[in-house]
Amino acid sequence: MIRPPDLPSPGKILTLDDVTVSFDGFKALDGLTLSVDRGELRCIIGPNGAGKTTMMDVVTGKTRPDHGSAWFAEDVDLLALSEPEIAQAGIGRKFQKPTVFESLTVFENLELAIWGDKSFWKDLVARLTRAERRHIDDILDVTGLTTERAALAGTLSHGQKQWLEIGMLLMQEPELLLVDEPVAGMTPDETHRTAELLLSLAAEHSLIVVEHDMDFVRSIARRVTVLHEGRVLADGDMGRVQNDPLVVEVYLGA
Amino acid sequence: MLTRVVRVGRRLWTAWDADRGGTVLLVLLAGVAIAVPALNQLAPASSALHLSTYSLSLIGKYLCYAMLALALDLVWGYGGILSLGHAAFFALGGYAMGMYLMRQIGSRGVYGDPILPDFMVFLNWQKLPWFWVGFNHFWFALLVIAALPALLALLFGWFAFRSRVTGVYFSIMTQALSYALMLAFFRNDMGFGGNNGFTDFKDILGFDLHEDGTRVMLVVVTAAALAASYLACRAIVGSRAGRLFRAIRDAESRARFLGYRVESYKLWVFVFSAVLAGIAGALYVPQVGIINPGEFAPINSIEAVIWVAVGGRGTLFGAAAGAVLVNYAKTYFTGALPELWLYALGALFVLVTLFLPRGLVGLGASRRRAVQAGAAAPVIWALGSHVGVSLGSKLK
Amino acid sequence: MLGTELQVERRRLLDRTERSGRRARPNGALWLPSLLLALVVFAPHALAQSRDEEFLAVLGELGDASFLDKEHIVERLSRSGHPSTRAVLTAFLEDRLYVRAKDRKIVIVKSMDDGVAPFDLVDPVSLQDAGSGARDEVTRIGTNNRLRKLLKTTVARFDLSSPDPAVKLAAVQEMLRDLDQASIALLGGRAGVETDAAVKEEIETGLALAALDGGDPRARLDAVATLARRLRPQVRNRLAGVLEKGADGNFVEPDEKVRQAAAAAVRRIDRSRALYAGVETLFFGLSVGSVLVLVAIGLAITFGVMGVINMAHGELMMLGAYTTYVVQLAMPRHIGLSILVAIPAAFLVAGLAGVIVERTIIRFLYGRPLETLLATFGVSLVLQQSVRSLFSANNRSVETPPWMSGTLQLNDALAITFNRLYIVIFTLIVFAILLVVLKRTRLGLDIRAVSQNRAMAQAMGIRTGWVDAMTFGLGSGIAGIAGVALSQFTNVGPNLGQAYIIDSFMVVVFGGVGNLWGTLVGGMSMGVVNQLLEPYAGAVLAKIFVLVALILFIQRWPRGLFPQTGRAAESQ
Repeated sequence: MIRPPDLPSPGKILTLDDVTVSFDGFKALDGLTLSVDRGELRCIIGPNGAGKTTMMDVVTGKTRPDHGSAWFAEDVDLLALSEPEIAQAGIGRKFQKPTVFESLTVFENLELAIWGDKSFWKDLVARLTRAERRHIDDILDVTGLTTERAALAGTLSHGQKQWLEIGMLLMQEPELLLVDEPVAGMTPDETHRTAELLLSLAAEHSLIVVEHDMDFVRSIARRVTVLHEGRVLADGDMGRVQNDPLVVEVYLGA
Repeated sequence: MLTRVVRVGRRLWTAWDADRGGTVLLVLLAGVAIAVPALNQLAPASSALHLSTYSLSLIGKYLCYAMLALALDLVWGYGGILSLGHAAFFALGGYAMGMYLMRQIGSRGVYGDPILPDFMVFLNWQKLPWFWVGFNHFWFALLVIAALPALLALLFGWFAFRSRVTGVYFSIMTQALSYALMLAFFRNDMGFGGNNGFTDFKDILGFDLHEDGTRVMLVVVTAAALAASYLACRAIVGSRAGRLFRAIRDAESRARFLGYRVESYKLWVFVFSAVLAGIAGALYVPQVGIINPGEFAPINSIEAVIWVAVGGRGTLFGAAAGAVLVNYAKTYFTGALPELWLYALGALFVLVTLFLPRGLVGLGASRRRAVQAGAAAPVIWALGSHVGVSLGSKLK
Repeated sequence: MLGTELQVERRRLLDRTERSGRRARPNGALWLPSLLLALVVFAPHALAQSRDEEFLAVLGELGDASFLDKEHIVERLSRSGHPSTRAVLTAFLEDRLYVRAKDRKIVIVKSMDDGVAPFDLVDPVSLQDAGSGARDEVTRIGTNNRLRKLLKTTVARFDLSSPDPAVKLAAVQEMLRDLDQASIALLGGRAGVETDAAVKEEIETGLALAALDGGDPRARLDAVATLARRLRPQVRNRLAGVLEKGADGNFVEPDEKVRQAAAAAVRRIDRSRALYAGVETLFFGLSVGSVLVLVAIGLAITFGVMGVINMAHGELMMLGAYTTYVVQLAMPRHIGLSILVAIPAAFLVAGLAGVIVERTIIRFLYGRPLETLLATFGVSLVLQQSVRSLFSANNRSVETPPWMSGTLQLNDALAITFNRLYIVIFTLIVFAILLVVLKRTRLGLDIRAVSQNRAMAQAMGIRTGWVDAMTFGLGSGIAGIAGVALSQFTNVGPNLGQAYIIDSFMVVVFGGVGNLWGTLVGGMSMGVVNQLLEPYAGAVLAKIFVLVALILFIQRWPRGLFPQTGRAAESQ
C-alpha cells in the first residue's frame, strides 16, 4: 500500500485532519483536526452543539464528512469503511443514551457483542464455546451484572444499562473506545466505579470520553480537548485547559 | 433401561416447558393429520362426525393462512419489519402452483387444446409463452414456488435494507409493490389469465382434485408443512442470528456498531419468510381451486397482519392461532351476518392495537417467556376444540 | 346595426329578384316581394303582415313539389327576407319540416325521436308553439342530397350575415367541410366586409384552400403561405396532397416552388402540432397530477407533520364524495351551486370524522406509526361498511355542474376541457390556503411547534391535545375536499378511497415527508410522467411503471425529493 503524504504518524490510534461536516449550511464540524495516541485516555468537553457527537459519528462511519480525512491506527481509512467494518476493525462506541437490546437478556446482549466473524449463516448455527461463556461471565463480573444475567435488558436501571453497554463494548475487544457521556444519570457511587473502570481500561485500550460532568472529567482526565463550534478551542492537561481564558468564557463560565 | 426412560422423559419435559404453546400447536397439527383422514374417510357420510368436502377445504385454507401468519410474524413480530407485501409472495407461490395445475388440465379444457390453457386459446395465442415452459413438471413448479418469492424478496429487500428503508416506509413500499403486481396480473397480456386467473383445475400429480381422498392428502401435507415451518422458524428465532434479528428491532445502530451487517440479517430472514408465504400460497390454490389477481390485493396483506396481531406477535404459535381464529370468525360472520363482518374486522383492528398490543397470547401472560407460552395453550385448545366441533357438526 | 343588416338584406333581395327575373321560368309571385319591399319605409307593419302571407304561400308550395321545385322554393324563401326563414330552412335541412294532411299546412316539428308520442309542432311563420300533431297526421317533406347541399349553403349564407360572430364562425367552418363553387363565391364576397378576426381568418383559410386548385401559380403560392399558418389537420392533409404524384407519375402540383413551399408548410404545421400536443400532454399530466396532489396533501399533514399513517385517508375522501352526493340530493335544482356548497360541507364532515378518530383512537398511538396504520385500517373498514349500509354498495351518480363541462378551444390543435382546468386551479388554491394556514396563522404555528418538539410546546402552554385534534381534523378535512373533486372524476362508491390510498402515500413519500412543496412537485411530476407513458404503454402499464419507478427511487433516496436535513433528521 502506498502511503499518502497526509498519513498519520506512527503511534497514533486516531487521526482526524481538517474534517468538515455541515447540515443545511450549519457547520457541525469546521475543519476539525485532532489526534489521539495509542493507549491514551482522552476527554473531550465542550458546550452543546460543539460537534462532540458529530465527531463520533464521523469516526464510527455514521456520518460522512464533506471533506477531510480520518485514520484509525496507521493505515485504516475510516472514510472508506461502513459502520460494521469500522466496528470489526476495532472501534467500539457507547451512545449518549444507553442503547442495549431491551427485549433480550443481559447474557444474550453480551453474547451478541462477542468479537468475531459475523455473518447470518454462521450465526444461524453458532454455539457458545466454553471460552466465550467464561468471557461473558468475566464481563458480567466486571460490570457487576452477574445477578442480572437472565433479566431482560429492558428491565435494568439506567445506570445498569450504561454498564451493560460498556460491557458489550468490552466484549467487542476494541482497540479504541468512544464513550459518550458514560455517567449521565448515574449515582455518585456508580460514577466513581465507572471512573475506576475506564482508568483500568486505559492501559490496554485507547479511550475517547465525552462528558459534561467536570468532576468526573477531572477524576479521569490526563489530557483534555475542548471543542467549540466544530473546532478545537484548547488542548492540554486539565489544569491548563481549566485556566484558559477562552475556555472559561465559552464553556466553563466564570 | 429405567435411566433411559427417565432421560427421555426429562428431555420431553424440557422441550414442553421451553415452548408450551409450540408444543400444543405441533400436537394439534398431528391431531389434524390423524383426525381429518379418519373423520372424512372412515366416518360414514350420515354420521354427525363426518367431515364434509367443504370442511376439508376450509381446514386446508386455515392451515395455509396459519403458515402465512407464521411467515409474517417472523419478520414483523421478531424483526419489527411490517411487510405489507406478504400477500404478494403468497399469490406468487399460488400462481406458480396454478400454472402447474393448468398444464395438468391438458386437452380436458373447454377448447381441448393439448398444450395451451383455455384462456390462451381464447386470446388467440398460438404458442405457449416462454415462462410457461417447464410447468408441466411438478418438480419445476416446486422450484419456482420457492424461488420466485425468494427472488423478489431478495431483490426488493436488498435495495430496501441497504438504503435503510425502515418502518412505515418499508410497509408503504411493500404495499405499493404488491399493488403494482396486482395491476400487472390483471392484464391479459401478462399471460396469467388476467381478471379470471386460473381455475377449473383437474388433478395434481395424477390425483383427482375433486376426490375427497386427494383433498384429505392435501390437508395432511399442509399440516405437515405448517409443522415443519413452525420448527424452522423456531430454530431461526432460537439461533444467535435470530437473537440478533430481534436485537436489530430494539437498537439497529447498536447492532451495527457491534460489527453486524444488519442488512444481511434482515434480508435473509425476509427471504425465508417470503418463501414460507409462497409455499403457503402454493398449498392454498389446489384446495380452494382458484387463484386470481385479487390475491395480491393490499388488503390481504393487512388482514394477515391482524391475524398475527390478534394471536400475539412475536410468538410463532400465537400468529398461527390468530390466523385460524380470525378466519374462523370470518367464515362464521360472512355466513351468518355478512354485513357485520367488516364492522367486526374493523373493530378488531382498532381494539387489538389499542388494548391488546401483545395479542391473545399476551392477555394472560406474565413477563416470563415460559409462562407466556403456557398461557397460550388454553387459547389454542379452546380454539382447536371449537373449530373441530363446529366443523364436524355445522359446516357439513 | 339592425338597420344596416336590413339594408344589406334588402340589397341582396333586390339583387336576387333581378337575377331570377331573367330566368326563363315564369312565376307569378315574383314581383310581389320587390313591390312589398318598396313599401318598407312607409308601412312596416303592413309590410310585415303581407310578408308573412307571402312567406306562407311560398312555403305552402312545398307540400306537393318535386325535388327540382323544392330547390326553387328554397331559393325564393331565402330571398323573402322573412325573419323565420333561417329557422324554417334549418328545420328543412334537419328533416323536421312536415306537411299536415288535414289542412296542407306546413309545420315544424320541435324534436325528432323514435317514440310514438305526438310531435310538438311549431308554426313556421311565427315560430310559436302550435300544439301537437299525431305522427300519422303529418308527412315529412323529403329532401335529397342536392337539395340538402343547397339548404346547407343557404343556411350558411344566412349565418354569414348574422350579427353573432360565433354563428358566422360556425357557418364558415361548416362550409369549409365541403367547399364548392357556391360557397367559395359566398366566402369571397364576405372576405372584404368581414370585420371579426376569427371569422376572417377562417374565410381566408377557405379561400386559400380553394385557391390551391386554381390555375395561377402565384395565387397558389400565396395560398400555401396563408395555409402554413394554420394548424387544422384538414389543411395539413390538403397541403400534403400537393406534394403527391398523380396516377400518371407526375406531381399533382406542377410548380416546383409551390411544392417546396407546401413541403415547408407541412413541416411547420407538424412542428406546431407536435408542440401543442406536448403542451396538451403536459396539461393533462398536470391535471392528473393535481388530483394526486389533492388526494395526497391531507396525508402530507397527517403523515408528514404528525407521523400518523392514516389508512382511512381514502375513506375520508369517500366521505367527502358522498357529502357532495347528499348536497346534490338536497338541492337538485342548483347543481351548479351544489359543488360550491359541497366543498365546505365535505371539509366539515370529513374533518369532524377525523377529529373523532384522533380523539378516540390515534391519540393513544403517537410515536407508534405502525400501530396507527393498523388501527386506522380498521377505521377504514368500518367507514366503508357504514357507507354500504347507508347508501348501498352501488355507485352513486354525482352530477357535473354545467359550468364544469365543455372545452376551451385555444386553437385548432389545442383544446382544454374545463374540468381539467378547474381541477388544476382548485388544487393550487387549496395548496395555497394550506400554506397560509400553516405559515401565517396561530394554529399553523402551534402545529409546527408540536410537530417539532411536543414536550417543549406543552411546557410553553400549547394545548397539544387540542392541536393534535385540529391538525388531524385539518388533514382529514382536506381529504374531504379532495373527495368533492374526485366525485367529478370517478365513481362515487364505497371503494373510492381504496383506489387512491396507495397513490397518495407514494406521492407523500416521493415528495419527501414533512414537506408540502415536495408533495406538490411530487404529485405533479407523477401525473406528467404517467401521462407521458400512457400513449406508449397504456393506462395500466403506465401506472405500474410509475409505481415501480417510485419504489426504485425510494430505495435510492429514502427521504424523497426534498429530504429534511439537519441533526433532527439524522437522529431519526
